[in-house]
Amino acid sequence: MPKSGDRFSEKHALGLDPKNHAPTKISAMDVETTFKVQDLLARYIQALDHDRLEDWPDFFTDSCRYLVTTADNLAQGMPIGMIYATSRAMLRDRVRSLRDANVYEAQRYRHMIAPPVIERGEGGIVRAQTSFMVVRIMHTGETMMFVTGRYDDRILLDDADTPRFVEKTVVLDSRQIDTLLAIPI
Amino acid sequence: MTVAVRQWPAEGVARVPYWVYSDRDLFADEQARVFRGPTWNFLCLEAELPKPNTYRTSAVGAMPVVVTRDNDGKLSAFENRCAHRGSLLCINERGEARDIVCVYHNWSYDLAGNLTAVAFRKGMGGKGGMPADARPDENPPRKLRVETLCGLVFGTLDSNTPPLEAYLGPEIVKGIRRVMRAPVRVLGGYSQMLASNWKLYMENVKDSYHASLLHTFFTTFRLNRLTQKGGLVISETGGNHISYSFAADTGGKEYEKAGMRAAQEGFGLEAPEVLAHVDEYGDGIGLQILSVFPTFVLQQTRNSLAVRRLVTHGLEKTELVWTIFGFTDDDEAMTERRMRQANLIGPAGYISMEDGAAPGFVQRAVNSASDVLSVVEMGGRGITSDDTRVTEAAVRGFWTFYRAQMGF
Ligand code: FES
Ligand SMILES: [Fe+2]
Repeated sequence: MPKSGDRFSEKHALGLDPKNHAPTKISAMDVETTFKVQDLLARYIQALDHDRLEDWPDFFTDSCRYLVTTADNLAQGMPIGMIYATSRAMLRDRVRSLRDANVYEAQRYRHMIAPPVIERGEGGIVRAQTSFMVVRIMHTGETMMFVTGRYDDRILLDDADTPRFVEKTVVLDSRQIDTLLAIPI
Repeated sequence: MTVAVRQWPAEGVARVPYWVYSDRDLFADEQARVFRGPTWNFLCLEAELPKPNTYRTSAVGAMPVVVTRDNDGKLSAFENRCAHRGSLLCINERGEARDIVCVYHNWSYDLAGNLTAVAFRKGMGGKGGMPADARPDENPPRKLRVETLCGLVFGTLDSNTPPLEAYLGPEIVKGIRRVMRAPVRVLGGYSQMLASNWKLYMENVKDSYHASLLHTFFTTFRLNRLTQKGGLVISETGGNHISYSFAADTGGKEYEKAGMRAAQEGFGLEAPEVLAHVDEYGDGIGLQILSVFPTFVLQQTRNSLAVRRLVTHGLEKTELVWTIFGFTDDDEAMTERRMRQANLIGPAGYISMEDGAAPGFVQRAVNSASDVLSVVEMGGRGITSDDTRVTEAAVRGFWTFYRAQMGF
């Protein structure tokens, strides 16, 4: 577990209280919330998997925070991972860099996600934790299990607005990446 | 084919024959002559063993190694192989221990790698056990000589290896002292599995010529004009190098202005704060890549600091292990800066993701061209330092030192 007192891990290590992973009753309100979260996640992974990278930043709020890191880094209270953005503008820059600057072989992902476990917070914020697997398909046809992990999300979910990620921490189970990590997770 | 039958081209290090990346026997020879030979191999940061009675695992080439810090704070390193039947001694990446107990039959060792006890050595109830004249430590884990410099831990298996500072050369020592300016705090880590021979990655590191050509992040976002003069320093042996360039901006203001200007014109970064840095060394150097033969890299990209090392899992399978760090005296703003600028490095790095792939592109193409030669003549045929980075001199330096180790 992360060390307490660490600025980073307190805020970002784990989206959910572990007791919320235990079997529990759900209310009608929870059903609606769960549905909205699932729908957001489904749209999110489709944007990535179907090469609609330009749509990806729109799944986040303006002052969002996006971090891709490893479970081991978090467990040791270490803040640095592979990708880090503190605004939607930074996410847009990453997309432009992937489109116009970076050199990498043509590839696609296929994300598989498990149903999220959710927890309601203050001010229309919902916390969701979702397991994922990403298969990477290279232009050569080579298909491999690329990464697995969990999303620790804080989602702005009020009735007025489109649901968006306020914060998304992508916690990879392994610290090892095959060759490179171009397309976001 | 083994070293004995291989011949280096007559042109010297201005040519590299492609068999160096695809010869299985050569790979085995390298383990003995390069990694277990008279070279210093980077093992870990001292900060990865912060307390007495801790260990972490590492590697020298393909050989698994344990690095320990004992009760008195003394560092040791030894082969991660049990004297008994050869099991790994430590199966975890790191941990706390007062002694090392082999999981297989519980033979135990002190933190310097000396065998201290053999389970049931005298048998049980007068039965079993080892003969009275048995020498259980006949094939002990090999011990490494360990030296540290500014928090970097190096090990060597050969008693003929010169002292670390002599091996590095004065310029490289200076380059290390410059970056490692204070006690280290580890900020994160990850690794990349590369489908290429280890030498292709090291050549990429020493190839200062490719920087602005393969990595187009800076040019695409019109940030390159801010990157000023630089140069290349090569140790006398050829094996170690520093490539550096100055960053004109301090505090990120210049970048921000240029970035926004370019953004208004439609090609800059929308959020240039990703690059905002402070000149923590006070010398204007924005980039310093330093390598030590065989497989160590120390990198300063603005305020993004990292050490990299390679584990040679196989002929065409190399793990690139990154440890990202800052200093214990960093404030929150500095940590945040290092986090943002970490976007430049690693498997998803704006200016380093290509480096994970490029060695593989070469590997795939040259596997069926083992008798063809590559031409390495950018910047001449020598291995001297230069005030330009448009040169392959450090690559030739690598091959000069490599050939000396391999004997061809
Ligand atoms: S292999 Fe280690 S005790 Fe037997
Ligand atoms: Fe590079």
